[in-house]
Amino acid sequence: MSDAVDAIDRMGLDPGAEILIEARGVSKRFASYHRRATSLKERLVRREESEGDVFWALRDVDLVVRRGETVALTGPNGSGKSTMLKVLAGILRPNEGSVDVRGRVASLLELGAGFDGELTGRENIYLNSALLGVPREETDALFDMIVDFSELGEFIEYPVKHYSSGMYVRLGFAVAVHVDPDILIVDEVLAVGDAAFQRKCLNRIEEFQRQGKTILFVSHAAGQVESLCTRAVLLERGQVLFDGPPRQTIKRLNGILGVDNIAMVAGEMARISDFAIVDTGTDEGVEEFTAGSSARVTCTLTIHQPLPEDARFSLHINAPGQSDAVAHVSPNWHVVSADRLPVGEHAISWQVDEWPDMPGDFSLALGVFLGPTLIAAARLDGLRLSSGQVRHVPGTLVLDGTTQG
Amino acid sequence: MGLTRTRGTQTRLRTALIRQLVRKDLKVKYQGSTLGFLWSLANPLLILVVYTFVFAVVFKSPVPYFGIFLMSGMLLWNFFTMGVSGATTSILANAGLVKKVPFAHESLPLAAIGFAGAQVALQYIVLVGALFVVGLPPLRPELLLIIPALVVVIAATVGLGMFAAASTVRLRDTQHFVEVALFAWMWMTPIIYPATFVHERLGDGALFWAYYLNPMAGPIVCFQRALYGVVHYPDTEATRASGQAGQLLLPSADVSFYLQALGLSAITATVFLIAGLWLFRRRSADFAEEL
Repeated sequence: MSDAVDAIDRMGLDPGAEILIEARGVSKRFASYHRRATSLKERLVRREESEGDVFWALRDVDLVVRRGETVALTGPNGSGKSTMLKVLAGILRPNEGSVDVRGRVASLLELGAGFDGELTGRENIYLNSALLGVPREETDALFDMIVDFSELGEFIEYPVKHYSSGMYVRLGFAVAVHVDPDILIVDEVLAVGDAAFQRKCLNRIEEFQRQGKTILFVSHAAGQVESLCTRAVLLERGQVLFDGPPRQTIKRLNGILGVDNIAMVAGEMARISDFAIVDTGTDEGVEEFTAGSSARVTCTLTIHQPLPEDARFSLHINAPGQSDAVAHVSPNWHVVSADRLPVGEHAISWQVDEWPDMPGDFSLALGVFLGPTLIAAARLDGLRLSSGQVRHVPGTLVLDGTTQG
Repeated sequence: MGLTRTRGTQTRLRTALIRQLVRKDLKVKYQGSTLGFLWSLANPLLILVVYTFVFAVVFKSPVPYFGIFLMSGMLLWNFFTMGVSGATTSILANAGLVKKVPFAHESLPLAAIGFAGAQVALQYIVLVGALFVVGLPPLRPELLLIIPALVVVIAATVGLGMFAAASTVRLRDTQHFVEVALFAWMWMTPIIYPATFVHERLGDGALFWAYYLNPMAGPIVCFQRALYGVVHYPDTEATRASGQAGQLLLPSADVSFYLQALGLSAITATVFLIAGLWLFRRRSADFAEEL
């Protein structure tokens, strides 16, 4: 059995363990960037910021973490994970709600964030430790271990501006893991470095777990979340959607991910290629769309493994910065029975009778699902529609030209 | 990255961080230059040459040892301007750090001021050496005036520096305004001319004392009294011609005058310090968001 399961058993997940992090009703609001006045002139000209320019990165989030827990924050891009970490680390101040963190916190939001390129690795270790609040004598005592862990050897005496990104990352992580916190807050930094170094970092984190320390991190990697965490929290659009066992959280995450995270599943079962929009009459690629006109959406779906159940197709239009589709090519789900999609290549097309009447930039996204799991996806960006309220776009799925592979 | 600790050790750790930051700035500044630290003497030397030429040679200022007189106050002013300008941009210059690492933000302006202090301290060491060389050793009880004077200057520098640092994050105009204001301010402070010039015009009344509400005026006359120490114009051909022979050059021979002037400067410096700390504390939690 894996180390992590052992770790979970060892930690016992005592529901009565001391609460180290307690966030209640945390909301964080950002004024949209282009509306912020940073010069006196702008200040004088534009006095009030209107409500419409405000974006809520977190809304009424509750999070309680007890001693010994390892909690992952997960969710689609822009769901507020990193904002939440920054609020807990004390970098951002919430607009509403309270945050109570008890114990010594080491937060690692970006590897080597405190490094100065002109200084040598040795000098940066001391500077970084001072930033982390480690007394100099302690750094002296840890110095050799840090250099050892970083595998930098004699390079430690060279300015870090000459380091490769891998060396940079190794040094940053080495410093961070050698301080002795009660709570370790880590953003997606575990995804860097070569495999051997990643393994080393994970070992170190497992060592932290064995010491009963509390870890909070952001991750997209399902495997990492499942193997490391005792609990995972799913955020979406600044709200907690689910808080529970990692496996269940990952399942829910996969369910809502849509096309933003094709990497997780793409290629194993099926693949989409040649995703395009063509003119109904001429079959040639179309670049511009006007509301009310018709077009055909085509793609090639390659099935690698026999489908265990009926596939569901979703063709929808996304607006930038929004994780929900703004329009579906109706119906929302086009169900195609598994025996019509044997292993091989299938040419698939949609007849879009009428482009919706919505002005702005959009992307067209196609997802193929088996139950809640996305098995293939594709996206066309840079769609521009001129001027509306049509929420459902009538269309028909046509499956033709199947060739056995 | 950041690590929070109990309050007891915090001050010590912050001092250590400030020391590290100052060391880093010094190192980065002089790295790769053969003359290194000696370069920090280049700027005051240039000031010395230019001003001495203009005022002592061209305008024939009757102030004896004009260069020494000038440098006694000018170096202190250099500390003030370098400290304030450095502090003003310190948060912006370290945006990456502020956005990614939780730490006590006041370390940044304080380190900028410490950086200015390290360089000016060296310049003063050279100046004191020069005093011995020209035969004006500052070995007099008034030398002790530099201690309270330094306290006032540091309070004014920290106060104004932190105020401007916090304000610049939200309003970038501040840094440019600070530059212009400091330039004008220098000419309102008795650095290039002796304070007695001002006294002659303002008389002995309230206006005269109001002049010392300039938080730099008091400390600078103290430094001139302590280091330069030529209280009266000597009896020379030039001073006889201008009728200044035997007249006061520095505002007074009496230590109590300097302490009073310093007291007035201290009032403004304290206001600066309180305003600076207040604004910085109020704003620092939002720095990461506003950068």
